[in-house]
Amino acid sequence: MKLIILENYSQASEWAAKYIRNRIVQFGPGPGRFFTLGLPTGLPRDHPESYHSFMWNNFFKHIDISPENVHILDGNAPDLQAECDAFEEKIKAAGGIELFVGGIGPDGHIAFNEPGSSLVSRTRVKTLAMDTILANARFFDGDLSKVPTMALTVGVGTVMDAREVMILITGAHKAFALYKAIEDGVNHMWTVSAFQQHPNTVFVCDEDATLELKVKTVKYFKGLMLVHNKLVEPLYSMKEMGADRSQSKKPYSD
Amino acid sequence: MPSNKSVSDAPIVQFTNCRILRDHQLQREDLWVREGKILNPEKLFFDEKGSADIQLDCKDSIIAPGFIDVQINGGFGVDFSLATDDFKSGIDLVSQKILSHGVTSFCPTLVTSPPSVYHQVLPQITVRNGGAHGAGILGAHLEGPFISKEKKGAHPEHCLRTFEAGAFQDLLATYGFLDCVRIVTLAPEMRRSSEVIRELTKRGICVSLGHSVANLSQAEEAVQHGATFITHLFNAMLPFHHRDPGIVGLLTSDKIPAGRRVFYGMISDGIHTNPAALRIAHRAHPKGLVLVTDAIAGMGLAPGRHTLGQQVVEIDGLNTYIAGTKTLSGSVATMDTCVRHFQEATGCSVETALEAASLHPAQLLGIEHKKGTLNYDSDADFLMLNDNLCVQATYIAGEEVWRQDASGM
Repeated sequence: MKLIILENYSQASEWAAKYIRNRIVQFGPGPGRFFTLGLPTGLPRDHPESYHSFMWNNFFKHIDISPENVHILDGNAPDLQAECDAFEEKIKAAGGIELFVGGIGPDGHIAFNEPGSSLVSRTRVKTLAMDTILANARFFDGDLSKVPTMALTVGVGTVMDAREVMILITGAHKAFALYKAIEDGVNHMWTVSAFQQHPNTVFVCDEDATLELKVKTVKYFKGLMLVHNKLVEPLYSMKEMGADRSQSKKPYSD
Repeated sequence: MPSNKSVSDAPIVQFTNCRILRDHQLQREDLWVREGKILNPEKLFFDEKGSADIQLDCKDSIIAPGFIDVQINGGFGVDFSLATDDFKSGIDLVSQKILSHGVTSFCPTLVTSPPSVYHQVLPQITVRNGGAHGAGILGAHLEGPFISKEKKGAHPEHCLRTFEAGAFQDLLATYGFLDCVRIVTLAPEMRRSSEVIRELTKRGICVSLGHSVANLSQAEEAVQHGATFITHLFNAMLPFHHRDPGIVGLLTSDKIPAGRRVFYGMISDGIHTNPAALRIAHRAHPKGLVLVTDAIAGMGLAPGRHTLGQQVVEIDGLNTYIAGTKTLSGSVATMDTCVRHFQEATGCSVETALEAASLHPAQLLGIEHKKGTLNYDSDADFLMLNDNLCVQATYIAGEEVWRQDASGM
């Protein structure tokens, strides 16, 4: 695991963005060679706060991605399990997920894999924990009855199959979950802990999220920042990489 | 990259690098247009898997809905109150020329005239969409002849009329033809005005109060019967008085029926209203302010003498008076000048100034679901403006119908 500790939310976000950019450029995507970015999924469609709206407003409308290359789990599909199975097939067809980017909940869940989710689970329909419903209530004018109680989600196993996993954790309210994720054992009550068994994980967090970690842990990883920062500097560009694609530098592993 | 054609084959245009006026704010967003309407890019992306066929770089312009002028008596030598043989080509000329002022829809206005003029002219005005040929015509605005003698302003006294004998029937007989009429300005203190206002409102015609000596109660009664507009606030009405605010008092009246809003036209050319008065009105009731030009035939032409219906007016700079008097008669300001002057005089935001000329007139006429905004599925009538609110290009139904050329003409 690489634990990247930045001072605050903006810096953490920027580091993560630069890292993802460099990864995409070094991968050298092209026709038929897709850089598959995995992201957790959420609420049903047709809602202003739906994942589709969120992704459109915060990501898709700013880039030149072809709509055919966007696959979002459809919470309104007639057969939800078939939708989930088809999603797993699409991942396989695209060559597997190159980089999965996600956050964690205060209860340590990754995507909607709530406490108790199997650590080898696949994409499926999941009932949401009360905590999650409460957290989502703000999107539905605080009316609990309007908050969806089920969601489609990629499984822990699905994410483990990705070649690299990046988890973003910011804020003091996530500190305990981060502690459980990296300093305690692998436990299905804190599903993010599953990534201790993944060969290529990056946790990007801010100072507040480290509040429950041992001082020793924090000092150790802060000491590595000089080396870790080489992953984001220099910042590569598609135009430069075009020339020397043959010598694409793979980022080092742990 | 076209869509999967599940909804439409038509080309999709994406205007980028611009700031659009949406939800009362200038937002850094792209504007998407297809088949003459504003398109929702999110639906296009997810439902149709579509993307733009053409992308246009707007060089950081402001994109605002096209201006709507609900009071314009003519321009460029054309007078809508004159029943000439080439009336149709006159209205076509004006509708084409005002594109450069940012006006994409308008209500040709007729001042007080003899019935023969209405009978000849009104059948020649057709409600029609705009396009490369010119701004769209929303319908006629008939200002008079049922107005007050004391506040006739530039209107000819011998043509003033009342409807106390036959109420609505008198009005119908005078105008002859109401199909294309969108707004009627009358004085509510006239006897039987309530019946007339109710009848006009029933037919979907907007009733405006103006050229009147009504007090506040008479004005409020008129609003209760259906009136929704005030013609050029402050001009041709009793001045505001603290014990009887008159028509001006409608701006803050508490007797407006729930769910309704009273709009008021303002000619912000710097002459018809002192900037301080403009500010008082704006601050009292900002959401009701509708910018109008009240432009006359001389607009766009050199100073000198021109007609306004049955009268002769003299133009000197921005001042337009009945020849030989100091009575204001219409203006020669253009709509974009009015927007700029309004913004300077009130110090309001760019968004507010632009909405006073687009959203508010659309709301007045009850057409804001398709005009006056850049909301999805609205008609794609919009303008590209620079930061000084000067119009750089005008678009109707998504097509460019006017562009400022490099020489600044």
